[in-house]
Amino acid sequence: MKRFVYVNDDDLSHELYCDNRVSNRKYTLLNFIPKNLWEQFSRFMNQYFLLIACLQLWPLITPVNPASTWGPLIFIFAVSATKEGWDDYCRYVSDKKANEKEVWVVREGSKKLIQAQDIHVGNLVWLRENDEVPCDLVLLGTSESQGVCYVETSALDGETDLKTRSIPPACMGIDSDLLHKIKGVIECPKPDKDIRRFDANLRLFPPFIDNDVCPLTIKNTILQSCYLRNTDWACGVAVYTGNETKLGMSRGVAEPKLTAMDAMIDKLTGAIFIFQIVVVIVLGIAGNVWKDTEARKHWYLLYPDEGPWYELLIIPLRFELLCSIMIPISIKVSLDLVKSLYAKFIDWDKQMVDLDTGTPANATNTAISEDLGQVEYILTDKTGTLTENKMIFKRCCIAGTYFGNENGDAVKDVELLNAINTGSPDAVKFLTVMAICNTVIPIKSPSGIVSYKAQSQDEEALVRAAASMHMDFVSKNSNILDINFNGSLIQYEVLDYLEFTSDRKRMSVVVRDCSSSKIILLSKGADEAILPCAYAGFQTKTFYEAVDQYAQMGLRTFCLAWRELNEDEYQEWSLMFKEANSTLVDREWRVAEVCQRLERDLEILGVAAIEDRLQDGVPEAIETLRKAGINFWMLTGDKQNTAIQIALSCNFVSPEPKGQLLLINGKTEDEVCRNLERVLLTMRITKAEPKDVAFVIDGWALEIALKNYRKAFTELAILSRTAICCRVTPSQKAQLVELLKYCDYRTLAIGDGGNDVRMIQQADIGVGISGREGLQAARAADYSIGKFRFLTRLILVHGRYSYNRTAFLSQYSFYKSLLICFIQIFFSFVSGVSGTSLFNSVSLMAYNVFYTSVPVLVSVLDKDLSEKTVMQHPQILFYCQAGRLLNPTTFAGWFGRALFHAIVVFAITIHSYAFEKSEMEEVSMVALSGCVWLQAFVVTLETNSFTILQHVAIWGNLVVFYIINWIVSALPRSGMYTIMYRLCRQPTYWNTMFLIVAAGMGPVLALKYFRYTYRSSKINILQQAERLGGPIMSLGSIEPQPRTLDTDSLTPLSISQPKSGRNSVFEPLLSDSPNAMRRSFGPGATFDFFQSQSKSSYYPRDKDN
Amino acid sequence: MDEALRTKPSSRKPKYSRFTQQELPAWKPILTPKWFITSFVTIAILFTPAGLLCLWASEHVVEIVDRYDDDCLPDSYATNPETFIQSKNTNKTCVRTLKIPRKMTAPIFIYYQLDNFYQNHRRYVKSRSEKQLRDPDDEDETDDCKPIENLNGNEGGPIVPCGLVAWSLFNDTYKFFKGNKVIDIDKKNIAWESDKKYKFGSEVYPKNFQKEGLIGGGQLDESKPLSEQENLIVWMKTAALPTFRKLYGRINTDLEANETITIVIQNNYNTYEFGGEKKVALSTANWIGGKNDFFGISFLAIGGVCFFVAITFILLYVFKPRPPGDPTYLSWNRNQPAQ
Repeated sequence: MKRFVYVNDDDLSHELYCDNRVSNRKYTLLNFIPKNLWEQFSRFMNQYFLLIACLQLWPLITPVNPASTWGPLIFIFAVSATKEGWDDYCRYVSDKKANEKEVWVVREGSKKLIQAQDIHVGNLVWLRENDEVPCDLVLLGTSESQGVCYVETSALDGETDLKTRSIPPACMGIDSDLLHKIKGVIECPKPDKDIRRFDANLRLFPPFIDNDVCPLTIKNTILQSCYLRNTDWACGVAVYTGNETKLGMSRGVAEPKLTAMDAMIDKLTGAIFIFQIVVVIVLGIAGNVWKDTEARKHWYLLYPDEGPWYELLIIPLRFELLCSIMIPISIKVSLDLVKSLYAKFIDWDKQMVDLDTGTPANATNTAISEDLGQVEYILTDKTGTLTENKMIFKRCCIAGTYFGNENGDAVKDVELLNAINTGSPDAVKFLTVMAICNTVIPIKSPSGIVSYKAQSQDEEALVRAAASMHMDFVSKNSNILDINFNGSLIQYEVLDYLEFTSDRKRMSVVVRDCSSSKIILLSKGADEAILPCAYAGFQTKTFYEAVDQYAQMGLRTFCLAWRELNEDEYQEWSLMFKEANSTLVDREWRVAEVCQRLERDLEILGVAAIEDRLQDGVPEAIETLRKAGINFWMLTGDKQNTAIQIALSCNFVSPEPKGQLLLINGKTEDEVCRNLERVLLTMRITKAEPKDVAFVIDGWALEIALKNYRKAFTELAILSRTAICCRVTPSQKAQLVELLKYCDYRTLAIGDGGNDVRMIQQADIGVGISGREGLQAARAADYSIGKFRFLTRLILVHGRYSYNRTAFLSQYSFYKSLLICFIQIFFSFVSGVSGTSLFNSVSLMAYNVFYTSVPVLVSVLDKDLSEKTVMQHPQILFYCQAGRLLNPTTFAGWFGRALFHAIVVFAITIHSYAFEKSEMEEVSMVALSGCVWLQAFVVTLETNSFTILQHVAIWGNLVVFYIINWIVSALPRSGMYTIMYRLCRQPTYWNTMFLIVAAGMGPVLALKYFRYTYRSSKINILQQAERLGGPIMSLGSIEPQPRTLDTDSLTPLSISQPKSGRNSVFEPLLSDSPNAMRRSFGPGATFDFFQSQSKSSYYPRDKDN
Repeated sequence: MDEALRTKPSSRKPKYSRFTQQELPAWKPILTPKWFITSFVTIAILFTPAGLLCLWASEHVVEIVDRYDDDCLPDSYATNPETFIQSKNTNKTCVRTLKIPRKMTAPIFIYYQLDNFYQNHRRYVKSRSEKQLRDPDDEDETDDCKPIENLNGNEGGPIVPCGLVAWSLFNDTYKFFKGNKVIDIDKKNIAWESDKKYKFGSEVYPKNFQKEGLIGGGQLDESKPLSEQENLIVWMKTAALPTFRKLYGRINTDLEANETITIVIQNNYNTYEFGGEKKVALSTANWIGGKNDFFGISFLAIGGVCFFVAITFILLYVFKPRPPGDPTYLSWNRNQPAQ
């Protein structure tokens, strides 16, 4: 299906396609409430609560006032609806701003200023310099005589360089007055989101006679949200408008990310739900049996002989309602609240502010902080992420002479400056290539300072360096380049650009020296692309050496070359080039072939080396994170050698002999397959050795491996802690993320450029560096940070704390709900299994909403270990990665604790308040007080560090409990009138509280002490070390221990790694727990703490097996 | 774009405070042996005397409990007690003799105790109308009272007080004799003051109560307002457990040790149908309340266990010391090769 756009036709176009009104809104005023409710109710938890709330409206079965469920439910719904509504309103406001922007559009033959939303398909839109493009346009005219214009596309793809766009050949030479009257038709595909493809045809109508259909490509378009730069005006016809633009189509709502922890909590909720159903069924049957056998004998109950048809259901439903609090309604609210606070802590963190730019860290996604603590794989971009992306020309080798070797900066090398000043031809040629063999556009600001806009940072670096060595590229007027060399003006006329492609790996320019009329070919490119093209007999050995030497230093190298052409040769070639450029089929290949004909017999001038410095603290950060058991993969578009050098210099891989790099290269399937198998074999052999083995693969081989040898590659991915993937495309990056996610690893992708966006969105956690390549990555990411090294803090401090805190908070929420629920169940055994609620509605609601929710919320301030200790012992992150603090086993611990505490509270209460004291309201209040006292002590016991806020919340909460109940007890109308006053005067009440606390907490405390001292986890050991103040500093120094200790490493392991049989309560029994796996692997596999983790988790995780 | 970036930071720069940096000064206790053992020994030291004190107090409470439901059933009705209890013509008077074991000082509380009686059953506990009890204008508020709402269906008007709880009012009566001398029983002020004042209206008079064919428990004096019918108020304070005692009255004279007292019981209340028990209890009270050994025993038990646990851990600490925070137990210190 095609779309036909009639250019500049006011009548035809209006109804066919939508106007240019951009709308990102999810709701309208009318559908907000139904749509939002529908969305909220599509969640299982909400459906459950709604069902419970509805059941409670039936007075026959409800144990408590329905308001106690409806209140919180409506509150929760109102909160999320308000949040959604506010977000939508913000989107509406920004849409409105964009829609009401004024643009010049041709209407009835003349330019008019209209609002952007009134643009229709087919309208001619006029843009001035620095205007934002309001919709997708096909370019028809520009102010430049060659019919080009420059656009900045950073909002679209994140690339900040200027891109050249040209008008279709058919429109060439039409002047701006005529453009008003231009008519034609464009045949283009239906709107899609591919911003790199636009296959369309243009045919102009008379008087612009051009019978041929003119093909259009993406080069002829300027897309919505780009900016027009360095061009006075441009004019285009709207082809896609409104939400149908390329940008609009690609603007999908990102899938909400679910953390591993959320998934686990959901799983546990499901388990509790099943447990609840079982309890309800059992008690329901028991209740009906009791009713039929016993209750009819109890004459005072006056049970009718015949009940309604639903009689059998009544008791189970009552129990369903009694047990409904097992799933705490407050958990979602509490979690949302603390999660947003985690995010705030990240935003606020002073230590993550990038001092250079003053950018603080920012958590865009507030819901996934816990996942940060569970990261297992980090996939990182190289340029701009690990490095600063500030390219600086550092060294060069001109005609065999090295410059910049002494002081590391060729620009300041006196010898080089001398050579330039004396006019040494080699040096001058070298500088000329540096200055003009590029697509850089110099822009003169009003103050006379020249700045450069370049497609690549490298070109900019070269031009800058040339400028500082007196070869100043001053201006570019259409085809004429002005060079200011040592004060004298040299002009070149550009004849042709032989553009850079990643296949050719080189680019060339053909220029004519205006003074001598000589035609020169200037080339620059990768060594493997330039050096073979040297003329026969040329000694390239020195250059190869130079390239090697520079690559060893981690520098990016370019070989510069030149050749003088004679007029005939050029003319002949020029024809071929033009022909190739106008082919419709295989154009790129044809052009490359033609270029190659010219790029031969080159005279190699030298090698330029550009440094892209590592960011501060990158090697340290990577080392720390690798110690924390996180595996690193580097995905870069750069070439293999540079990537490896960077990898070496930032601790990515260890140098020989400790580290080993395994290369997977190859252009054909067979080669790749052979390589892959060889590497796999090596990996399998060396996995028992504590050796850093990393594999290196390039984009081409990766493509083949992913396509044909996916299984082998997956195995490799699991075996290898480190990988370097060079020359990979954005979609390959995303594929790799997907591969690791498929193996059930938690992945974090970090990058800074538009090419990382897909990987960032694909990964469990996306981190963007708000760097020099624009904000595209940072905007798409869940977290944005200023520098790579902040990642350590983000993961080890924020991620880890978030995980620990949520683990406690969620399990505690279940604990307190279960506690009160168990007491209700026990009470049903002494109340004829009839479903009487021991607690009244007010107490139940207050218990959930105040007494137990507030103290636990301050656990967001809890720190089990200080930040410093965690940084010194990043290995401790392992507890989070393995999910040691929240899993079915720990949950079983909390479940058991709830059961135990319920027994304690209930047994002590009914024995203390027996006989003449067994009054319903009193017993109920005693049991409730018991629960509240216990929970205060439970929170205290589980808190690792008490700030003033924690004290206030825990003990203040107890005080508030009494105050609230005194107030309620003072109201004559309430059922609890005078109850609390009576109780507080009774010594029995306080005795009961003492008993409950001592009996409830004693065993818990003793167990904790025993585990803490004699079965201590590593967290405990570090806590003790840190807090006793003693050996904490020496701990760090012990770390690099001599290998001699390793021989007896097998026995002490069993002390620090508790055996599962002995204390299974808090150790996971999950199969994916690294410890369990290690044991099953036997002593042979225990060599390395973390390597065993990755390899042991191979089998359960590889779903192919 | 770039300009926006450059101007923003100043406003976006986070404010530094100890809270935002998560650096609030914190107390970080750890569970050292000293701390743990001290706390357990403290509990043991505190709980043992407390337990002894409670036991001593409980010992000082004199309590006599007499179960009479079985014995007050004439032998001829042994097989069909329900006929006996439901008949209007049977003689339900029953005489019990009790010996006072120790001196009982006034006030002596008289309780009746019911076993296996579910005042906490959901059907029962809900069957009452607080509004009707409180306010004479609300006498029609009987919706909650099912199945005892209105007399003869809906025609006879509302029953006051309505509901199963009031309907099943306990109606055994006790008379106490010392020799032939009647011991006065004070039946005033046996209910909670707050109930008399606020929950049971002084204007609300019983109406249509126990007038239907099926009679549950006791009758009420229609000339007295509910607030003065204290036995009803006590009964309507529902018990949370199936075994419970309710205050019947008070004896304001001392009873000497070895005195014999006679109780003349009108055995009216039907517990035979559901196998419940009826007991009469005489008890003095002190600060601990009635006789309850539970506190003493559990205090002693917990104190003892804590002591035992403390000793165990002390021994463990002495014989198998485990230095806290020993970095050699960090396995990565041993296993990870130097990097």
